[in-house]
Order: sequence, then C-alpha cells, then structure tokens
Amino acid sequence: MEVLQLLISGVSQGCVYGLIALGFVLIYKATEMVNFAQGDIMMLGAFVAFSLGNLAGLPFVVVFVLTLVIMGALGMALERGLLRPMIGEPPFAVLMLTIGLGFVIRAIAGAIWGNQPRALDSPFAGEIVELGGLIIGYENIAIVVGTALLCALLFLFFRFTRIGIAMQAASQNQLAAFYLGIPVKRVFSLVWGISAAIAAAAGILVAPVSLIDPLMGLVGIKAFAAAIVGGFGSLPGAIVGGLIIGIAEQFVGLYLPAGLSEVSAFVILLAMLFLRPEGIFATLQQKKV
Amino acid sequence: MALLNLRNIETYYGPVMAIRGVSLEVAESSIVTILGANGAGKTTVLKTISGAMEPQKGKVTFDDQDITSRDPDRVARLGIGHVPEGREIFPFLTVEENLRMGAFARKDRGVAADIDLVYGYFPALAERRKLAGGFLSGGQQQMLAIGRALMARPKLMLLDEPSLGLSPRLVAEIAGIVKRLNEEQKVTMLLVEQNARMALDLGDYGYVMEVGRIVMEDTCERLAGATDIKEFYLGMKDQGVRGRRRWKQRKTWR
Repeated sequence: MEVLQLLISGVSQGCVYGLIALGFVLIYKATEMVNFAQGDIMMLGAFVAFSLGNLAGLPFVVVFVLTLVIMGALGMALERGLLRPMIGEPPFAVLMLTIGLGFVIRAIAGAIWGNQPRALDSPFAGEIVELGGLIIGYENIAIVVGTALLCALLFLFFRFTRIGIAMQAASQNQLAAFYLGIPVKRVFSLVWGISAAIAAAAGILVAPVSLIDPLMGLVGIKAFAAAIVGGFGSLPGAIVGGLIIGIAEQFVGLYLPAGLSEVSAFVILLAMLFLRPEGIFATLQQKKV
Repeated sequence: MALLNLRNIETYYGPVMAIRGVSLEVAESSIVTILGANGAGKTTVLKTISGAMEPQKGKVTFDDQDITSRDPDRVARLGIGHVPEGREIFPFLTVEENLRMGAFARKDRGVAADIDLVYGYFPALAERRKLAGGFLSGGQQQMLAIGRALMARPKLMLLDEPSLGLSPRLVAEIAGIVKRLNEEQKVTMLLVEQNARMALDLGDYGYVMEVGRIVMEDTCERLAGATDIKEFYLGMKDQGVRGRRRWKQRKTWR
C-alpha cells in the first residue's frame, strides 16, 4: 500500500519533470539548441496564471487556456528576438544566452510578484479521493491526466497535421526543408511557442502541489536530467525519463537517508551516462560528414 | 530573356573564394548542364541560386525577378526545385510524407493527383509509400528526392549529381526520367554532374567549370566532340601517330 502511494506521487511529480523535459527535447530536436530557461518559463507561466486567476479572478479553464496562449506567444517572441540573431554563433554562446535568460526571468518575476511563495487558486487544490485505502490528491490526478492529454495532443499534431510533419521534416534535414519552401525560421518560432506553452501547462498543474515562487523553475535542472535519461531527442523518452526520476525520488526519500532524494535525479543521470550514454530511447541520428 | 540568369557571381566559404565570377544562362524548357571535377564549384553555384549561400558579388535573376540572397524557402516558392547532392530526404518520414512535404508551399487541390503522377514516374516509390525514407535504397532515395522536388511543380529544377553512387543501370533510368520530365512536364533543368557522358547525352547546352570559373561553354553536342572534353571528362584518348602521348598535356583554356 505504501509502495502504491509512493508510486502515485512519484508519477505525478515525474509527469511535471516530463513536461518540462518535453520542452527541452522539442527545442533541441528542431534547432539543436538547448534552452536552459525552460524551467523558468514554467515558473513564469505559473505566475501569469496566478495573475489571471487570483488577481483578475477569471475562471480556471479560461486562465489555463489564456496562460498557454500568452506563454506560447512569449516563447515565439523569445525565439524571434533573442535566438534568431544567434544563428551561426557557437553553441556555447547560445547556451550562455539561455542560462542568462533564466536569471533574467527569475529576477523579473521576483520584482513583479515578490519572492514569497504564492498559492494558485485551482479547483484541484486540497481535494482528495480515497480509493481502497489510497489517498490521492485531485492535484495529482490533474497532473497525470493533463500530461496524458497534452502528450496525446502533441502526438496527433506531429503525426497528422501538415505543419507538424513539416516540423519533423525541418528537424530531420533543415536544408532540405528550406529547399522545399518550408519556412524553417517560422517553424522554429512555433517550436519555441509550443515548448513554452507546455512548460506553462506544467507550471499550472504543479502549482497546487509545490506553490509558486521565482525559484520553482530550478526543477528545470532535474527535468534536463530526465531528458538525458530518456535519450535527448526522443519525445516519449522525455516523459519516461521524467517518470523514472520522479518515482525514484519518492522511494529514495522514504527508504534512504534524508537529503539523498534531492540528488537522486543526478545519480540516475550519472548511472545512465555510464551504462547507456545514448539514453533509453536512443534515436538513430544519422550525421553526415 | 532566359528563365535563369547569373551575372558575375562571386561566392565565398569564409575566406575561400569558391566561385570566381560565374555568369550563365538557362533558357526556358531546356536542359543545361554544368560539368566539372571535384571542388570546381558546381554545387556552390546551385546553392547560390537557391539562396542557401549568399554571393558576395553578382546578380541572380529568375523569371525576371532579382532573387540574389533571398532565403531558400522564398526562392523555392518562386518555382525553383533544388534536388540536393546526396538526396537529403527526410529519413524518418514515410515516402508519402516526404512527397507531401514537397508540396508544402502549395495551396491548390492538385496535390493528390501529383502524388499519383510521381508514383507514375517512379513505380518503385508507389510500392513503398508507407515505408520510412531512410529504408529506401540509394537509387530509390534519389527518385524520392526528385519526386519530392517535382511535387512543388517547379519551373526550374536544380539537380545536383543525381547519378552519385548509383549503378550504371540506375543512372540510365534516372537520366531517362529527367528527359521525360523535361519533355512531358516542361520542367527546365539545370544539371550538375561529374558523370560527363550522362550530362552531355541529356543536355542541350553545357558549361565546364574549373576552380570556380567557367572555362568553356557550348552546345552539348559540340562539347562532346571537343578534344579537351573527350580527354579529360570522357576518358577518351586520341592516340598519337606513333602511339605516344605528349609529355605535358595542356588544356586549351590554360
């Protein structure tokens, strides 16, 4: 029973890691850049939802949709304004830029909303359901169901829509996509928009569990580990990696000495890099010489 | 006015000058070929036309529009289909998805009909429409790359070494298709080749490039008869009267 209980909270925490990792992987696959501000974009999304919900008093569904739209637009603007001028610069410059971007977002969020933790008004907060001795919080159910829905939506988008297939095409062979008249630059913007929206969704879903403060985006580092464990470049891998780390944290927290739970994500990451550096779902990336 | 016109193009790879002042013309519904050895700059000429590389100097005109330094996706939309060297298909998309991507810029309803048209030209692709592009053989991938470019209904096709790495039988097959596309679909072709025999058989007009310059141009018929071309590109040697070769072969343009 205890194991099941841990499993449930592990899965819901893992879903949050997975969603952020999804953003990492999406951007990496399409543009071969790593956006280290992904976690901070999640935090910003949570604060935007806080402003719309708690301060403006809009109903939750409206808040959810509006936040995703706003954050999506912001993601596209970031790509257009900050990342596109960096095309052709060395990768570490882009890396530094996104790390710096994370700091800036944290500082701005602190200046606007303050540094004390806030609670988002959410219909899922605090409610529980008892199921044969198991106690499951509504917020945990919301996270799991929300993640599953988002993944299904993404799958359908990439599998069946013209622009979704074009995104795959652009990530598989950028130059060939250009030659076919696919507006690769706009596709990149869109990828950033989608990643930011997914991160924002993660922020809203996790808000009832972890409260919102400017430093909540630091879980992005664990999500990054999750993305690597899953095989950087695989979308299902990102979710699976997130789940592995989320579940492991819960069990380590209970059965091993205190404090180890926090580092377990990185222990798993290291173990993974030793045993199977390409990750669980390694995609065969063909690189031309 | 020719369909495509290059005036005095100079293109650099960093500090290296790859194209040293190239001018050429491609007349509507003709097949024009560029011959040359490795590193002559043939591919760079094509990349400069389609906008993947920016020329430092010179002007590219297509269909009476100046397209110098335009983004490749915008050039493609004007009706230039670039079939890059080494096929460059999308390995994880199916054959049919690859073809659909070729029609990405199109808004009309003729796409499905054109997919059938491509399958008509390349029956091997029709049998494998649900297969990922990466699982195709080299020849099939080349067919897919040509078919994909055809899906955009281009006025001009840039073919970069379609014979690369293919067996002689497949080379002949591809050559036949290129000829048919030119005649039946009225697609103008600019063909870059190292396989000089194929190129000269196919082409109406030809340019010969060497280290970034055009050193010779003529109708393909006359090029095929020229001594230099015969010797250096077709591998035919005129034996001297006494069966001796001159010690130092000079090309006429040197």
